[in-house]
Amino acid sequence: MNQYYHSIYINEKKCEGRMRCMRVCPTQAIRVRNGKAKILEERCIDCGECINVCPNNAIIPLTDPFTTISKFKYTIAIPSPALYAQFGREILPDRVLEGLKKIGFDDAYDVAQSCGEVSFAIQEYLREYKGPKPLILSSCPTVVRLIQVKYPELIDLIMPIETPREVAGREIKEKKSKELGLKEEDIGAIYLTPCPAKMISIKQPAEGGKSHLDGAISIKDIYAPLLSAMENLNKTESRASLKSLCILGIGWAIAGGISKTLKLKNSLVVSGLRNVIKVLDDIENGKLKNIDFLEAYSCLEGCVGGSLTVENVYISYNKIFQLIEDLELQEIKVCPDIREVRKRYKENYYLRKEKIYPRPLKPLDPDISKAILKMKQKDKIYEDLPKIDCGACGSPTCETFAEDVVKGEAKITDCIFKLPEKFEQISDELIELMKKSSYHQSKLKKEE
Amino acid sequence: MDGENRIEHRFEIKGGDFGNAGNVSTKIKDILKEIGIPPSIIRRVAIATYEAEMNVVMYAYHGILNFTLTPECIEIIVNDKGPGIEDIELAMQEGYSTATEEMREMGFGAGMGLPNIKKNSDEFEITSEVNKGTKLRIVIYLNKKQ
Repeated sequence: MNQYYHSIYINEKKCEGRMRCMRVCPTQAIRVRNGKAKILEERCIDCGECINVCPNNAIIPLTDPFTTISKFKYTIAIPSPALYAQFGREILPDRVLEGLKKIGFDDAYDVAQSCGEVSFAIQEYLREYKGPKPLILSSCPTVVRLIQVKYPELIDLIMPIETPREVAGREIKEKKSKELGLKEEDIGAIYLTPCPAKMISIKQPAEGGKSHLDGAISIKDIYAPLLSAMENLNKTESRASLKSLCILGIGWAIAGGISKTLKLKNSLVVSGLRNVIKVLDDIENGKLKNIDFLEAYSCLEGCVGGSLTVENVYISYNKIFQLIEDLELQEIKVCPDIREVRKRYKENYYLRKEKIYPRPLKPLDPDISKAILKMKQKDKIYEDLPKIDCGACGSPTCETFAEDVVKGEAKITDCIFKLPEKFEQISDELIELMKKSSYHQSKLKKEE
Repeated sequence: MDGENRIEHRFEIKGGDFGNAGNVSTKIKDILKEIGIPPSIIRRVAIATYEAEMNVVMYAYHGILNFTLTPECIEIIVNDKGPGIEDIELAMQEGYSTATEEMREMGFGAGMGLPNIKKNSDEFEITSEVNKGTKLRIVIYLNKKQ
């Protein structure tokens, strides 16, 4: 049984073991064994980098198919704000929401409204907070998992505020179940996702417990039908207007959007997993204590850079950025009612109920003395390796290979540089054996 | 620090090499994580090592950091060749710093380095000779009972 659910699946039939995924994985969670890539469950943080580099399209994001909506009596689409960035500038969010209703959803909920509320909650929390800094945004599931796995000591810096998608799911299901007289389990709140990582946050929330969302459909999968549905909308059905936009919410689609729209003076924005790792290393070293808030995203430029989006990330980034600028310029502030949000905030409405716990990687050995011995063995093995990280053994680096050998998950002869040495040793042994044999002895005698 | 069972590593740190500053502390953290040292201890080691490393980068010409891990404790010894510290007592005061304006602009030199190292270690020794260099010894116990 797998302890961890993952939103990434390797199709063995398509996989040719070409190792690109193994080399690109930031947590060394992929090994190639017997010519096929394998994911090490405990190490994978669902960033999806492997999906993007596979030349055989053998790595598949496990999002729900569109037909998932037939499982419920009533379905509500909850689109990531990144969806709004996928279409031309003239297509505003209310048109997108109308389009979603045309392609089969019973309703569509503007998650940007919840984003706006959560932005307020973040602002309030930062204002009252007196503990260690910087606080880290909790909305990117990959960043949260990265911290759980590789930076367990930073876990308390993850902001204990619920994500907008969960707030939206909870609210809309409660409201609709009252309105329609349906049980909450008969209502499907389906997230339209720019990345596979949101899928795991629904199936297996980092904090445990149960998600308020019931599934996630890839933006790629609904793009074509949605586009044609929107084209067929007549003008009266969608009175596209900037006035319906929540400036605070729309910002969630791009890296820096939250800090920009909240006008946070002392925040830091980082996107792209490798860049996030660098910043987390700095925080671990005790740096960046003077920063209040870290907006960190696994995908470059934020959610618009997700692997399940369609539009070029820079174009979609720009669309959102321009929208924010326009709204600022026109001083449009149709955002959630601040008084209502403040009241809810005081009632802990936006607080995450469960605590997130670390998920550190299994050590070399549970006993520290034994782990140190194994580490010495590992260092010794590593010293003898060519250190060129060719990957032919099926481990991403010579160092991980040495670790795999010590853990008994690989054999030293899997190294193509070690194999000839073994041959040499065996052939020497064979010659020695040969010399001792009676056949060889009699041959020697004959020659004499 | 007796017993055969130990891991030792020697790291070189170059004065003025801001580009690689922090690498030694990251490597040490990786080792400790692989061994399975508790996060709270790793954090203390990380902060102490990083500050010690930065002190060499910022003020010394060259330094050697020796890292030893045993089942009981972590020991870090940093020996640097550099200007040394004239008044150790003063240098240990929070807020005292001889960092240049540029260093401060980069976020360093808040005068918290040495006090921060001391705060995060169980044993802390510092000796220094002006115009020769500074020696730092830090010990952090894995088991606080000692």
